[in-house]
Amino acid sequence: MIERLRGICRINGASGDEARVREFIKANIRADEVFTDNLGNLIAFKKGRKTKHKIMFAAHMDEVGFMITDIDEDGFLSFDAVGGINPAVALGRGMTLESGAGVIGTKAIHQQSADERKKIPDFGELYIDIGASSREEAEKLAPRGSYAYFDADFFEFGDGFVKGKAIDDRAGCLIMMDMINGEPEYDAWYAFTVQEEVGTRGAKAAAFTVAPDIAIVLETTTACDIAGTSGAKRVCELGKGAVVSYMDRGTVYDRKLYSLAFETAKANNIPVQTKTLVAGGNDSGAIHVSAGGVCTCAISVPCRYLHSPSCVIKLSDLEAVKKLAEKMLSAVEL
Amino acid sequence: MDIKAALRTLTEEIGVSGDEFSASEKAAELLSQYASDVSVDDFGNVTGFVKCGRPDAKTLLLDAHIDRVGLIVTYIDDKGFLSVGACGSPDIKTYLAQSVTVHGKKAVKGVVSTLPPHVSKNNKAPEIGDISVDVGMTKAQAEEVISLGDRVTVNSRFRELGGLVSAPAVDDRSGVCAILEALDMLKGKPLKYDLAVCFSAQEETGERGAKQAAFRIKPDEALIVDVSFGTTPDSDPKDTAKLGSGVMIGFSACLDKKMSNTLRELAKSEKIPFTEEIMPNSTGTNADAVGVVGKGVKCCTLSFPIRYMHTPVETVDPNDISATARLIAAYAGGETDD
Repeated sequence: MIERLRGICRINGASGDEARVREFIKANIRADEVFTDNLGNLIAFKKGRKTKHKIMFAAHMDEVGFMITDIDEDGFLSFDAVGGINPAVALGRGMTLESGAGVIGTKAIHQQSADERKKIPDFGELYIDIGASSREEAEKLAPRGSYAYFDADFFEFGDGFVKGKAIDDRAGCLIMMDMINGEPEYDAWYAFTVQEEVGTRGAKAAAFTVAPDIAIVLETTTACDIAGTSGAKRVCELGKGAVVSYMDRGTVYDRKLYSLAFETAKANNIPVQTKTLVAGGNDSGAIHVSAGGVCTCAISVPCRYLHSPSCVIKLSDLEAVKKLAEKMLSAVEL
Repeated sequence: MDIKAALRTLTEEIGVSGDEFSASEKAAELLSQYASDVSVDDFGNVTGFVKCGRPDAKTLLLDAHIDRVGLIVTYIDDKGFLSVGACGSPDIKTYLAQSVTVHGKKAVKGVVSTLPPHVSKNNKAPEIGDISVDVGMTKAQAEEVISLGDRVTVNSRFRELGGLVSAPAVDDRSGVCAILEALDMLKGKPLKYDLAVCFSAQEETGERGAKQAAFRIKPDEALIVDVSFGTTPDSDPKDTAKLGSGVMIGFSACLDKKMSNTLRELAKSEKIPFTEEIMPNSTGTNADAVGVVGKGVKCCTLSFPIRYMHTPVETVDPNDISATARLIAAYAGGETDD
């Protein structure tokens, strides 16, 4: 699974630029029906051995990235984030542009004032250096409106951990691909959505089109089980299994599905946990209020350093989410 | 010499201050093509010599530092997270969520931990004590492969940006390249001096290696080759030089005024692009240390501008390295006036 995760995370596809991810998924699933809607959502239907409710799984294809906003006369590129990114995780990084490479630096620490040393600059103060010597030269390589991506490495480390960009939410995409390519017990729809990171926009259209009775969102969610953080602020922990939420900033989750997820996990010996903080949000926020209302559940892989070039997950948690998603397809009842 | 290829070779070695040996060995290997008696001393300093053939010749030291900034492991906590200290002055702001390697009993990969928005303090930059390294191990697992004192570096890489090069450790492996390129130009040519070359250790932690090596070499003069501040949109043009503007000739109270002037005249007559780098009191380079070694050494700095110093993406124009090499060769080469 790790090699396939590496393959899908390597593809650059920020919100509004998901085409490469979509083509990859389309080429690698064996569904009974597949179509792309007006926004770019990839919607697939896979027949199971049996038919029950109309259930939709959803995971987003887009990742956070950057867009070029301006170019100065010396060829430096101004840019802004697409999705929520802490500017600190862009500092001192390599970038992949539509043509070629770039870097984001800051002036030498020796030349920073005491105040500058204490502050993370805003994106408005940063720029990408592509080695161009003029505006004209830079415009050819990275025109305004073009995208830039973290040039991030991907590796397995420590005791079963994985590090890379875009694990949010290619992990969810990968699980759905595996479900489609497996032999699911029941019929289901699978929505690979666009523009989650800029306001769960794709999921609104996908949920309207599919109009499911039940939706299960497969995601990654913030874990803060790191040095210097204790108690509830840790949110959830790597290695403790699938994360099922009762509430986040976009959704109060269906209580029956929430309970069912825990029961199903328990019955199948799948490690499961919940979040100790009402934080974050995902496509559920759009889906549960669409098309007259959809009972929605989110099952997530706990992830450290979300929205950075170094998303970190534990493989055992990814397996737990996959297994729970499969079991939930069989378990759900209205 | 292919400057980009040499720079790539040198910047791929680790060599954080106090643990320079892998980089020192690689630099010694490259130096051996041009110099004799090449060796690496107990501290990681690389030295080598090129004699001009005259018994009364003065000795000119060509120095660039081989070490680079990085982190050092100071503590392993109960959950296996590593606390770190700084070797030199890396810009810690640029380290959050970086991909890193701990150079322990084996290379251990990890990530610098960073707090998500719900617990972080606005846009306050972290200090070294605020960050930790996540190696995905329990304390017991970590202790098997990691010891306190191991160095940690960011997994940045060599990139070509148009004609520029971005890599970690451009400070000061590119200075090493400038000296190697100058020796390549001088190969088989007459020399004004006996040349001594030193790729010195521990510059970033206080110009320590150069003190040790210069005392043994006892040079009459020294050219200290190091990087300086390149112009960027967020910097002050008065305190920086543009990439591509050539070699920066140092003028300072602690540098030899005659050497500075001679180098400037040479740059003009040889049509080598240059700017003057004015550092009224001291230079922040090995020149500050070498100048007062033994009975004293006449020093001048030859620098060139880089962008993003002490970040993992230090960026240099190879043409500036080449201009610096040409000026070193012009100063050291030719028939003696005596």
